[in-house]
Amino acid sequence: MLRYLRLVGIQVRASLLLAMQYRVEFVVQGFAGLFWSAATFVPLFVVFGKRPSVAGWSFGQALLVLAFFLLLRSLLDGAVNPSLVQVVEHIRQGTLDFVLMKPADAQFLVSTAKFDPSALSGTFGAFGLFGWAFWKTHHAPSPGGVVIALLLLAAAVALLYSIWILVVSSAFYVVRVDNLSYLFTSIFDAARWPASVFRGILHFVFTFVIPLALMTTYPAEALLSRFTWSDAAASIGGALAFAAVARLTWRGALAKYTSASS
Amino acid sequence: MRRLLAIYPTLLRVGFASALAYRAELLVWMLTTNLPLINLALWSAVAREAPVHGYGTPEFVAYYLSTQVVRLVTSAWVVWEMTTDVRQGVMAMRLLRPVHPLLDYSAENLAAVPLRAMLALPIAVILVVLESAHLSHDPFTWACVPLLIAGGWAMTFLVMSIVGTLAFFVESAGSVFELWLGLYAVFSGYMVPLAFFPHWLRVVADVLPFRLLLGVQVQAMLGQLSHADIARAFALQALWIAGLFVAVRLLWNAGVRRYAAYGG
Repeated sequence: MLRYLRLVGIQVRASLLLAMQYRVEFVVQGFAGLFWSAATFVPLFVVFGKRPSVAGWSFGQALLVLAFFLLLRSLLDGAVNPSLVQVVEHIRQGTLDFVLMKPADAQFLVSTAKFDPSALSGTFGAFGLFGWAFWKTHHAPSPGGVVIALLLLAAAVALLYSIWILVVSSAFYVVRVDNLSYLFTSIFDAARWPASVFRGILHFVFTFVIPLALMTTYPAEALLSRFTWSDAAASIGGALAFAAVARLTWRGALAKYTSASS
Repeated sequence: MRRLLAIYPTLLRVGFASALAYRAELLVWMLTTNLPLINLALWSAVAREAPVHGYGTPEFVAYYLSTQVVRLVTSAWVVWEMTTDVRQGVMAMRLLRPVHPLLDYSAENLAAVPLRAMLALPIAVILVVLESAHLSHDPFTWACVPLLIAGGWAMTFLVMSIVGTLAFFVESAGSVFELWLGLYAVFSGYMVPLAFFPHWLRVVADVLPFRLLLGVQVQAMLGQLSHADIARAFALQALWIAGLFVAVRLLWNAGVRRYAAYGG
């Protein structure tokens, strides 16, 4: 266990060193990312310029959802997607062999292969949004609410990671999926608005199939003390089940792997 | 010029064949364009309670589906291609060819448009079937829409080429384009109908070029533009295209001079 922690440290350090080589690029990238996010949040500001509440959410409450969205989005861009692109490349070129030969869990190695520290700017943006949201709602979260929200956030990260593993596993079968990560990112874009905005089939899909509601809306509701322990337990249970399925799928896919070269 | 006319159709054919070969990838790329639909969900939730500025749910559906269609057929990807080509040294090979690299890129990008249009067709059909009442009924306007889209595509391509050419000078050309995209999202009407902005912001949007890339096409489709508006849009597009063309030539010539191929 300690060995794995050290391995993460080494991989993070390598990514940091790489990023620091291109300092200007690093700063510009961070800003450009934040700028784009801000531009895509404009509809929310326009909507709440016209109405005090939308689908049962006030402006401050919707900001909370947005903050969780930005937080998870920067995690996705900073820690998940860069590695994903690399695994797909490994599978296509057959260089996954080298990863498999290393004396550590292959899933662990490919998951931590690369980080993009410039996505951190999104995290700062998210904390800014949290502050703004609480200032707007005049509502300090209860300690219990914070605990539930943090648990749900952990579940959200587990879910994101599991979906990512499922996407990677599909690369073993169809190979050309280097833009599937972009597809997933764009689907995740739907998590920026409170889930009650969506109706009908989309609401069902975003709750149970691709549980976007669990990732941003539920933690926000927990901070607003609108979420109970039993709901949280069900959500976390669902996330754990998702993770188990992902791990099994990864092992099944890996068993099928026949190197591309030679 | 004669030589150009002889080569270009061949380049287009090659481009079309490669777009066809990577059709699955192209489809996934197009599926990643879904922000209009996400915004539509938000505005529908608002319109369920009461219309905004005369926009009820059907108007929003018409607006965002039109936005989606225009966005899908006017996009290009030359900026990403150019930045990678410069970084990986592939540009050196392109420069050796007897065709100007930008011409080559334009053929590649243009050749994908018919396929993109075909993949966008289902959305257009849904739009017409559901909301024909909220679309323009003027034949002249509809005759102008493809031309406005062509102008929007040309502007997009030229801007992308300019930013791509910046890769000769700086490493972060890709990020520069992201800044452009952010402004585009707000001021073209891609995120929110421009009519919803306060007056001063609408004036700003009128001066900026972004509206000519997507907003005017959508407004024309929805029958919100008079013939005079359309004529003005054409004139502005022509001016911008001429200016951008000159800019890309100058920048390109300066950039190539200082380009030292990496790798190679």
